[in-house]
Amino acid sequence: MSFMRELFAFIRARRKFWLIPIFAVMLVLGGLLVLTKGSALAPFVYTLF
Amino acid sequence: MRILGISAFYHDSAAALLVDGKIVAAAQEERFTRRKHDPRFPARASRYCLAEAKIKASEIDYVVFYEKPFLKFERLLETYLAFVPRGFQSFRKAIPVWLKEKLFQKSVLRNHLREIDSTVDWEAKLLFADHHQSHAASAFFASPFSEAAILTLDGVGEWTTTSAGYGRDNTLDLRREINFPHSIGLLYSAFTYYTGFKVNSGEYKVMGLAPYGQPKYADLILEHLVDLRDDGSFRLDLDYFDYCTGLTMINGRFEALFGGKPRDPSERLEQRHMDLAASVQQVTEEIVLRLTRSLAREGLSQNLCLAGGVALNCVANGKILRDRTFENIWVQPAAGDAGGAVGAALAAYHQFAGRPRTAPARDAMAGGYLGPSFSQFEIRDRLGQAGAAFTELDDDAIIQSTVKALVAEKAVGWFQGRMEFGPRALGARSILGDPRSPSMQSSLNLRVKFRESFRPFAPAVLREDVADWFDLDGDSPYMQIVADVVHRRRRPANPGDHELFGIDRLNIPRSEIPAVTHVDYSARIQTVHADTNKRFHDLLTAFKAETGCPVLVNTSFNVRGEPIVCTPEDAFRCFMGTDIEVLVVGNCFLNKEDQPPSLKLDYKNAFELD
Repeated sequence: MSFMRELFAFIRARRKFWLIPIFAVMLVLGGLLVLTKGSALAPFVYTLF
Repeated sequence: MRILGISAFYHDSAAALLVDGKIVAAAQEERFTRRKHDPRFPARASRYCLAEAKIKASEIDYVVFYEKPFLKFERLLETYLAFVPRGFQSFRKAIPVWLKEKLFQKSVLRNHLREIDSTVDWEAKLLFADHHQSHAASAFFASPFSEAAILTLDGVGEWTTTSAGYGRDNTLDLRREINFPHSIGLLYSAFTYYTGFKVNSGEYKVMGLAPYGQPKYADLILEHLVDLRDDGSFRLDLDYFDYCTGLTMINGRFEALFGGKPRDPSERLEQRHMDLAASVQQVTEEIVLRLTRSLAREGLSQNLCLAGGVALNCVANGKILRDRTFENIWVQPAAGDAGGAVGAALAAYHQFAGRPRTAPARDAMAGGYLGPSFSQFEIRDRLGQAGAAFTELDDDAIIQSTVKALVAEKAVGWFQGRMEFGPRALGARSILGDPRSPSMQSSLNLRVKFRESFRPFAPAVLREDVADWFDLDGDSPYMQIVADVVHRRRRPANPGDHELFGIDRLNIPRSEIPAVTHVDYSARIQTVHADTNKRFHDLLTAFKAETGCPVLVNTSFNVRGEPIVCTPEDAFRCFMGTDIEVLVVGNCFLNKEDQPPSLKLDYKNAFELD
């Protein structure tokens, strides 16, 4: 719960409310990926991670 | 006030401890775990910092992480969104990692800290600094200046890749920035990858390779890859790069532009690769110089502080110094992400807690000697347990015996005092050699370090003699400035030398100190100061008395792919696994021929190549 509170505080501070639906979709999509793949291997290119 | 700074989870994790504004300890986790560039939470480094300061975990006031995970995730999402539907493969691999762990960094950190002490309410003590704020704080607050212009350059933090600003007393104002995906660090990394080296560790090699080549591709880079403006601001043409959406740095268009596939690490280095290295190096220098000149034009300060991975490009640093747009420059010795631990702690102390700052006389990094040390009693005990055969000598005798070994052109492992923080060995965990020997460079590279023969070695020189040997008359205690060997110390080229290309130029002795003179007469200089490392200063003084030369080859005490040694046992293992002929640990003197043959190790294949 504190995570959601902090995430919302972050979105408010950054004034990026348009990110909320994207966060939601990504979380669902990402959640599916987690459930279906299971693997958490990070790619070697460090730039994005 | 006690503040623990942490950098972790990407590469080179580290911990640093600040007590009432003074950096009392700092170390990289890799030195303890013996895993190069270890990205895991720096549990052992943190424990070391607490032990060094003799405090309990409960006495820590704040723990500061060196970047902001939410901001990074925001960049990730917006980048994927900008390139959708490209990048799905990368998204598919990245998102599970973020959703499982990285997005919840606060609780991950809390859990790791609980392993150090489960009774402390860590969540109440956790702070997060911006990545480039951490770099800027490590550059300015640790510098000897009370006010200075600041420039930070790296691959990428959260969004920022380059930032510029001004620091005064305990304030820091980063007023300009260039954001991802436009990054000088990533441009350099793209060429690191293309020339067949590992991204994030091979950049040094590209810099070392550059003097063998001609910058034939520099115009091509500026014409197609980089839109560079007069003030040093730049944009990359993303049509040539793959790092926003893919799993590699570059794409087919980049390969077509530069005429071929990336070099496979097992392939031989050719002149073309050296020309590519020279080209990206020249472009990098041009970008950095335009940035520093535009900062100087603002007239805010005569002092400049630098940090971020690109600030480890000591060739570019030397160019800034000789450009004379700033009177003084200071580069954070741990300019990469490890130094973010120091910066995050300093930012919390001065910016968050508002504590005042007095600029230190030299700087706040104590010569870089911020890591563990071992008493003579511990060294004797540890070496004895390891089965080593050694002689204990008094302070004078250990210096004289070491000089004797160096003059006999032996490779000497030198382990003294507190370990260095940052990527360089500065005479506490070093392998030393006689720079006058023409065969020393290839011998150290191939027999001792097991690394590529083209790689140059750095000189350590008495501060008082630096101008007599190099085109530099200032301090460079952290090996961060490249300058040329002075003309009168150079040797004239033989007829025919000019016709040689690439690596063939390596073996021509080109100065009185050929082992540390690169093919373009440059050297990456460490000035040695009696007030920060007296024993190393004494050794150089004695070597000068014997030979007239106040310079030694100084390379890190490790082999290729191995973290620099931390303990006497690490040093002894490296000694037994390589052709290091003499090992000096504290006041213990070890000859290779005296050691039990059964303790010899196969070290050549012990570490994954970097």
